[in-house]
Amino acid sequence: MSTMNTVGRPTAPNAVTAKPATLTGGRGLLQDEALIFEGDGWGKTGVDLPEPKTNGSDLGDLVRKDPIGLPGLSEPEAMRHYVRLSQKNHAIDLAIYPLGSCTMKHNPRLNEKMARLPGFSDIHPLQPISTVQGALELMDTLAHWLKTLTGMPAVALSPKAGAHGELCGLMAIRAAHEASGQHEKRRKVLVPTSAHGTNPATAAFVGYSVVEVAQTEDGRVDVADLAAKLGDDVAAIMVTNPNTCGLFERDILEISRLTHEAGAYFYCDGANFNAIVGRVRPGDLGVDAMHINLHKTFSTPHGGGGPGAGPVVLSEALAPFAPAPWVVHDDGGYRLIEREEDEAQQAFGRLCAFQGQMGMYTRALSYMMSHGSDGLRQVAEDAVLNANYIKARLSDLMSAAFPDGPCMHEALFDDEWLKGTDITTLDFAKAMIDEGFHPMTMYFPLVVHGAMLIEPTETESKAELDRFIEAMRLLAQAAKAGDVDRFKGAPFHAPMRRLDETRAARSPVLRWSAPEGSNQAA
Amino acid sequence: MRYLPLTPDDRTAMLAAIGAKSIDDLFVDVPESARLAGTVDLPRVAGELEVERALSAMAAKNATAGAVPFFCGAGAYKHHVPATVDHVIQRSEFLTSYTPYQPEIAQGTLQYLYEFQTQVANLTGMPVANASLYDGSTAMAEGVLMATRVTRRNKAVISGGVHPHYVKATETVVHAVGVETQVLAPAFDAEAAVIDQIGPDTACVVVQTPNVFGTATDVTKIAEAAHAAGALLIVVVTEAVSMGLLKSPGEMGADIVAAEGQSIGNALNFGGPYVGLFATREKLLRQTPGRYCGETVDADGRRGFVLTLSTREQHIRRDKATSNICTNSGLCTLAFTIHMSLLGETGLRKLALLNHEKAVATRDALAAIPGVEILTPRFFNEFAVRLPKNAAEVVDTLAGHHVLAGVPYSRLAPDAGMDDVLLVAATETTLDADIQILAKSLSKVLGA
Repeated sequence: MSTMNTVGRPTAPNAVTAKPATLTGGRGLLQDEALIFEGDGWGKTGVDLPEPKTNGSDLGDLVRKDPIGLPGLSEPEAMRHYVRLSQKNHAIDLAIYPLGSCTMKHNPRLNEKMARLPGFSDIHPLQPISTVQGALELMDTLAHWLKTLTGMPAVALSPKAGAHGELCGLMAIRAAHEASGQHEKRRKVLVPTSAHGTNPATAAFVGYSVVEVAQTEDGRVDVADLAAKLGDDVAAIMVTNPNTCGLFERDILEISRLTHEAGAYFYCDGANFNAIVGRVRPGDLGVDAMHINLHKTFSTPHGGGGPGAGPVVLSEALAPFAPAPWVVHDDGGYRLIEREEDEAQQAFGRLCAFQGQMGMYTRALSYMMSHGSDGLRQVAEDAVLNANYIKARLSDLMSAAFPDGPCMHEALFDDEWLKGTDITTLDFAKAMIDEGFHPMTMYFPLVVHGAMLIEPTETESKAELDRFIEAMRLLAQAAKAGDVDRFKGAPFHAPMRRLDETRAARSPVLRWSAPEGSNQAA
Repeated sequence: MRYLPLTPDDRTAMLAAIGAKSIDDLFVDVPESARLAGTVDLPRVAGELEVERALSAMAAKNATAGAVPFFCGAGAYKHHVPATVDHVIQRSEFLTSYTPYQPEIAQGTLQYLYEFQTQVANLTGMPVANASLYDGSTAMAEGVLMATRVTRRNKAVISGGVHPHYVKATETVVHAVGVETQVLAPAFDAEAAVIDQIGPDTACVVVQTPNVFGTATDVTKIAEAAHAAGALLIVVVTEAVSMGLLKSPGEMGADIVAAEGQSIGNALNFGGPYVGLFATREKLLRQTPGRYCGETVDADGRRGFVLTLSTREQHIRRDKATSNICTNSGLCTLAFTIHMSLLGETGLRKLALLNHEKAVATRDALAAIPGVEILTPRFFNEFAVRLPKNAAEVVDTLAGHHVLAGVPYSRLAPDAGMDDVLLVAATETTLDADIQILAKSLSKVLGA
């Protein structure tokens, strides 16, 4: 089946393929863009400011004398520089961005509009509480939505990213063990081999030793291995559910039962909550702590790598240990409890200077309210439907890592089907770029050889999925037909050809410095 | 459900292609008892208008910084951000892109990160800077952990001038791995007091300049003392604009700079998202947390940029990683770098001077009020005053008169016994009229 829409859209039948080098060495509108340090901006400014009346002389020898090395751009130059840079980026607003386990979904602009209301963006974290009642109400409302969706009694909003949330959850667990006098003997955290790398890193960060738990043939936690390793020296287990193989942990109730019987806590990595939101409450699975990546499940934009936000929902047992600050409300309105000593809690401390990622709370709540309870359930259903559709439509050409049964939010393939082609997962990914798609997540999870993890999310239409599937099928067929050059040299049709990552790591060049002999600043 | 593109017909056709009878077939792995039959108890789908009204109603209950005479600082500063900044960061290709894992189609993000790293390195006076951390306070925590890795020592000596919330955020994290902290008592101008506390087990000394009371200090001698004892000096900066006027931490001998970059390009946002600046010396590079963007070439020999040095990171080293961080503040770095590019050195210096000037004018106005004592000797754009009354109560009263007069120190450290201390910040957004209103209303409240 071809879904390429060519009917009624004549294109040049004999397009000229020979490419004469351009005189300037650029590529049409995709010109190389010099660094701001390479222009004539030394001494220039693009901001009109009044002349200061003083020169800071009362600061004496504290005043900086040498040049700093900061070029300036006029406003039109700045606009052009950054807009040109933007054109070298792929983004979800251009096409599907199927990064498994990371996920980019549509970022509604209503969220942006709401976050920019001056009542949210132009308020100071330490203003008198009476002047930020609406902000605290928003935090309290967000907390209510998160607690209701997860079936958990408490939430800590302040973690600034998913990995920061993991830290929060494990610190709460540690604090609980300290409170019950068990910390000295409970020094291990069990983590399945399929875990995201932040899980073991976090456990180590909080001072635990990490013990790996095996995985079964069908991509789940090996319950027998888990049971064998559980004991009174274990503080917690960390399980991702749905897991990074895109599968729901079928034995999840058994896992939580065994964990609790051993006196340990169940940390759930909630990175993939978008697959079950509105259909399954982690609280009903026996989870004690779970972080929620707001960007992934609730569409806050990730802007080229953050900011994130990683609120952590907590069970009754861990709730008293949540870090400061938190919001409470009574007849007198909303209050912000800023110290762990307050309100008879046993908070383990504080994770960041202020209240966390308010700008992300606004966006996430805007998204949640837009969907409502019914829409969020539909979110999970469509996310899962889209992933299974991709898996079903590609499984005859590519090898699904776990072919039996449905997947959840993401479809996982291995590189078995590429055997004998001399083409690697990386080559395949780079060829996808030439077809106009952002590649899937490569080589992760580590438990699957040459992994290709595809996550479409719920905001892709069937037409876009079909367009993606068609391209993937054509590529798979080309790979199998021995069209190696198409892959080895890819990408050919991108702002840059394949970049030498080894060279960057071996001799790191991490900043611009003036060419020798030049008299430019810095 | 305007964000969901599948139609009922699409869903039927897709289920057929999968070979499933209903959507429930795709949730078979969920234990029966854990499946929700209906919807959770929350409001149902809401249109754009409805959401906008609900959130706007909440927003309207807050007093915005731009609407009143405003003097709050203590780690978050109100500055004017050029319109271009917010426009550019909202471009789809920036706003809706992910971590640049595929560098060939992420050169926009990567190049601005490289420019950001250079700007931050130059601003802090350090050889290298990373692509940002969550915020200044988490950057300080990471800095202390890094110092213990580098020196193989276990203790951090922290000046009493460091923002109490930064201290708390750091202690929370580093105590978990057994790192000791020794925090000195708060003092308005006492950074040098840390020198006497340096011992053979000191991994690092942490000082803040300008400190939480606004005092700007030359920390060169502290750096020398730390280095003589084999310890590192961590310099914390909560107001990035100050580095446009004051001697840079690098120039004064810092080994690690952990700073808050919110002041450049980023709104107050009630505390976040902000952008942590992290800079260090080249020889410590492989012990640093967070992301780096590095220069390289592509297959045609053209210059390009990639994320690099990932062997330090969690996805390679797992439980041996230098930190568990897996993100940065990408969009906030973009805002920072655009604003900084617009300012340039000329603009930044001017901006810094204007900040200083407004703060000096504010100090002079407050100093004239009987009973008000100025506590900070040398400052950039913030200073501490002692009031003849409880500072928090004065601030609350003034808030009732639509003046946000500053941050009572007791808000940050309730047990410090400094209930009469008020932190007052001014920036280029402070109008002369604002200063007059502050002085007048404060006089009135103090009954002076």
